[in-house]
Amino acid sequence: MDNHFDSIIIGAGAAGLTAGIYLSRAKVSTLILNEGTVGGQLVLTHEVANYPGVEHVSGYELARTMKQQAISFGCKIRSNLKVTSLQLEGEIKSVEINNKETFTAHSVIIATGGKSRMIGAPGEAEFKGRGISYCATCDGDFFQDKEIIVVGGGNAALEEAVSLTKYASKVTIVHQFDHFQAFEHYSDEAKKNEKINFIMETKITQFMGDEKLQSVTLEHIPSGDLSEMKIDGVFIFIGYVPNTESLEGIIALNPNKEIIVNSNMETNITGVFAAGDSIVKRFRQVTTAVADGTIAALVSADYINNIKKQSEVLV
Amino acid sequence: MSLKTNLTHIESLEDHKSVIENNENVMVCCGRMGPMCIPVYDVMEELENEYTNIKFADMPFDSPDARVIRDLAECRNFSGLPFTVYYKNGKVVKATSSIQTRDQVTSILDEQFGK
Ligand SMILES: Cc1cc2nc3c(=O)[nH]c(=O)nc-3n(C[C@H](O)[C@H](O)[C@H](O)COP(=O)(O)OP(=O)(O)OC[C@H]3O[C@@H](n4cnc5c(N)ncnc54)[C@H](O)[C@@H]3O)c2cc1C
Repeated sequence: MDNHFDSIIIGAGAAGLTAGIYLSRAKVSTLILNEGTVGGQLVLTHEVANYPGVEHVSGYELARTMKQQAISFGCKIRSNLKVTSLQLEGEIKSVEINNKETFTAHSVIIATGGKSRMIGAPGEAEFKGRGISYCATCDGDFFQDKEIIVVGGGNAALEEAVSLTKYASKVTIVHQFDHFQAFEHYSDEAKKNEKINFIMETKITQFMGDEKLQSVTLEHIPSGDLSEMKIDGVFIFIGYVPNTESLEGIIALNPNKEIIVNSNMETNITGVFAAGDSIVKRFRQVTTAVADGTIAALVSADYINNIKKQSEVLV
Repeated sequence: MSLKTNLTHIESLEDHKSVIENNENVMVCCGRMGPMCIPVYDVMEELENEYTNIKFADMPFDSPDARVIRDLAECRNFSGLPFTVYYKNGKVVKATSSIQTRDQVTSILDEQFGK
């Protein structure tokens, strides 16, 4: 593979794939570099029911179609890799990946999205898949007639807590605040459900067990009191964090570590654009990611064309 | 009933027997087309070209014959899809539960089967 492209996109979620489709269709040579599975959070979505023009589609199918569209226009996609170094200043940007290959381009679009927040307590990684889950639809049926905890207080936590009562005999919602951030109808539904009870102002500080999860340590935040609770499973829904750790000190981020862009999706560095869930914005949806990706692609195509024209004039 | 992947599909007890008997090194991912499973199939599809000494296959978790994986002693404590099982000469050498990254999968492949 020739390692120079007009544009490099970092991230192959809805935003990155859309940018790839627009750029490649405009005959801008484009490479997408993606950590993990192509599709990003789309792959985590069982059913997308609010993507205009498609009544019901699994996130996976939607991602696969976007990927095929991008490839059909000539976009190159490399996935399941790690970007190890970024040099974004100047006219030629460079990106190095874990096998030491380096790619260069006139413009870079950052579309790294976000990921589930983890609790970060000891035992969390060890008991993943052995009692700890991040997906109710995937793993709910392993907890038939079992007692489980749902951690979180947003829409996802309360909605999934209600859906898990189909399987579990008892669901305890553990939340760090004394109120929920979820929409009222989600919390009302959870409060009405007889299988659900609540432990507020509390967090999990440790997961314990032998070959599988058996109990957790709870800390009552105001008092600092610790207690142990026997439990068969824990489902964690505590929100998302932007995937921007590797950009700190390289590009302007706000205090929430989201990338700052203007309405053209331009960052503080010339020739570097950003799109999707990793940027500062209020609504994180497939439609908004796709819209950002479109704008970033069209503005960066203009930028690349201008650079090419200028270099022709100089020649 | 087969999964929508480009991997070898195991759909019955006979398929399973034949795959693990006719290949020295086998990785089988037993799952659904769900968020925790798709990334593992994706990694396996990519690794097929790199690890030519390994047979990569999938099996639908909900097929009755998938009990050959669901009921393995090694999967006794699993409660997260997919169940991924690694076989050497027909014997289970490793099993994991829930989503795995490419690095996690390759470290098992290298350790169990060599590159
Ligand atoms: C469970 C769930 C259900 C949802 N349901 C809906 C819904 O029904 N409707 C709706 O509109 N929206 C829904 N959303 C939100 C929607 O999926 C997202 O807003 C959208 O997909 C974000 O797209 P993105 O491209 O910005 O980011 P992402 O999808 O997060 O993609 C980013 C990609 O970049 C990769 N990446 C990250 N860091 C790096 C790096 N350093 N180098 C290279 N690659 C990197 C990631 O691995 C990923 O592949 C849901 C989200 C979740 C989690």
